[in-house]
Amino acid sequence: MDFSFVPLAFGQLLSPLTIGYALAALGLAVHFGFTGLLNFGQAGFMAVGGYAFAITTTEFGWPLWASILATVLGSVLFALLLGIPTLRLRADYLSIVTIAAAEIVRYTVKTPAISSFTGGSDGINGSSITFDKLDPLPDITYGFGVLRFTNDDLWIAIVGWIVVILAAFLVRQLMRSPWGRIVKGIREDEDAVRSLGKNVTWYKMQSLILGGVLGGLATVIVIIPTSLQPDNYGTQTTFFLYTIVLLGGATTVFGPIIGSIIFWFVLSITDGLLTLLVANHLIPLTSIQQGPIRFILVGIALMLLVIFRPQGIFGNKREAHFSV
Amino acid sequence: MSDATIPATQLQVGEPGPGVPKVDPILIADGVRRSFGGMTAVDVAHVEIPRGKITALIGPNGAGKTTFFNLLTGFDRPDSGTWSLDGESLSHVPAYRVARKGMVRTFQLTKALSLLSVMENMRLGATGQGGERFGAALFTPLWRKREADITAQAEELLARFKLDAKKDDYAASLSGGQRKLLEMARALMSKPRLVMLDEPMAGVNPALTQSLLGHVLDLKNDGTTVLFVEHDMHMVQTIADWVIVMAEGKIVAEGYPSVVMQDQAVIDAYLGAHHDTDLGSLTGQLEVAKDLGDSFLVEELTDEIGEENTDAK
Ligand SMILES: Nc1ncnc2c1ncn2[C@@H]1O[C@H](COP(=O)(O)OP(=O)(O)O)[C@@H](O)[C@H]1O
Ligand SMILES: [Mg+2]
Repeated sequence: MDFSFVPLAFGQLLSPLTIGYALAALGLAVHFGFTGLLNFGQAGFMAVGGYAFAITTTEFGWPLWASILATVLGSVLFALLLGIPTLRLRADYLSIVTIAAAEIVRYTVKTPAISSFTGGSDGINGSSITFDKLDPLPDITYGFGVLRFTNDDLWIAIVGWIVVILAAFLVRQLMRSPWGRIVKGIREDEDAVRSLGKNVTWYKMQSLILGGVLGGLATVIVIIPTSLQPDNYGTQTTFFLYTIVLLGGATTVFGPIIGSIIFWFVLSITDGLLTLLVANHLIPLTSIQQGPIRFILVGIALMLLVIFRPQGIFGNKREAHFSV
Repeated sequence: MSDATIPATQLQVGEPGPGVPKVDPILIADGVRRSFGGMTAVDVAHVEIPRGKITALIGPNGAGKTTFFNLLTGFDRPDSGTWSLDGESLSHVPAYRVARKGMVRTFQLTKALSLLSVMENMRLGATGQGGERFGAALFTPLWRKREADITAQAEELLARFKLDAKKDDYAASLSGGQRKLLEMARALMSKPRLVMLDEPMAGVNPALTQSLLGHVLDLKNDGTTVLFVEHDMHMVQTIADWVIVMAEGKIVAEGYPSVVMQDQAVIDAYLGAHHDTDLGSLTGQLEVAKDLGDSFLVEELTDEIGEENTDAK
């Protein structure tokens, strides 16, 4: 039997998806965990940020810093677009608008009419040109056994993790400040916060922007070593991010990061395990059924988690909240 | 009732009555109307709140007191009407700006933030915090001093409200009455000009009510104007300088507590809620007495009902 899936699962630690999802989940934790904003369109922020980076890099030939700026501005604009009409209203309006807007983004970029820009359903390749030019690592293969990384793979993984850690410290600092106090108050009862003279709508907007920008930057980390595929930014992505956030603890800063690591590790190891079992006819499943089964397991795990440990792995039970 | 409770210098200009002008009003409201569907919840033609005094707003359930509070503080929008604080118009001003202008309210259904600690609740009430701005929040040295100041201020207030032992606990661990106290203390963090308390005594442990009355009197002594809604007639009689009576959205009476409580219109307003009750029966009278907050009468009637029941056996 082939057990190489075990080291491969550990390799997830350096996978662009793990790092990117950690950052996007941190953004979602800012929205949902800390501010109580029900953003069901984090995938939309990810798509907007990703397209801003990929188009400016590959089509316009912008330098790295300018493309990153475009990513940030794109995410900010998307947040304003969604937030201005909804944030003064009841919480459900934001959820409806975000879930719809994310899908609109995905269908729009796939429209053939603008595919010369967006690549249509094929997405965009080659977002790594500006970033890889900065790679200081010697051009050799790193790793051992089945775990092999190119110098460029390792370079984005290192920079990606540094960005995630910096973002985590930024969010932590904010949440420990008077700014964070307001945001956490809003999560619970925005009228109470309003009655104390705080401009609640503006704080919700700031939170939506912050979490959205983290989502946008997350895609940059994902697409540099891979490519930008519109269908990777569907509702399922947002659902995964919620799983990650709830897994690690929605009201914590490091929870979503650890959550992402565990999520991709478990997904990878169950995949390997199922493949092994199916290949050796140890369970009555075909390899076609194997994919869905994995996600059914994820769904069940999420249900059990919410029931038995609503605060997540790192969260504080008293701060857990599902009153939304 | 003696006139001893009526101050030597009058609060009002002319005869007390609905809408009477005040010598020194802090809040003036005109033509404030709000209807829900076909029902007019608030229809206040004119009212003035005297500065530096304690004013009680009373009336039966559903009279529109809470709705009137919501309108004045920007939490609800009127169909029409204007009002001003110290001459500055507050109509169409959003709730958070009303609070910043020094008019802070509490809620009938307590809004203590239970996932924050008692101390964090208090700090949230303070104004002028640089660290509430996104950029400044990132640099602790920019707001450390202010944080220490408001923490000291909060500790002082919490001690006054006997909540200091609880300061590091989640507000969720407080009793209903303690949450009311916390909400009031939190509102005071901003040193408001006018505090509006919606049923501050509801659910407060009787052992605490006396000190709560003391807190409200302290506020007045510090120069804060207080407007409160309360069903507890003991509180109204003990600390209010002025009483405004609402019924069915309108102001039906206004005056000094000792006088207003004897007013036929006021008694009618309260009885209005009991048109169907049989006042010939002791239980009917008991209900009305409870609403009037006449604890002596309630006790007497309860005793009488008890005696009747034992006689019947
Ligand atoms: N949001 C609302 N929608 C419909 N009716 C309301 C609303 N708020 C209050 N009312 C009605 O307005 C009237 C006044 O209510 P309220 O101001 O709460 O009275 P009070 O505080 O004096 O007991 C009541 O009849 C109540 O049912
Ligand atoms: Mg009320």
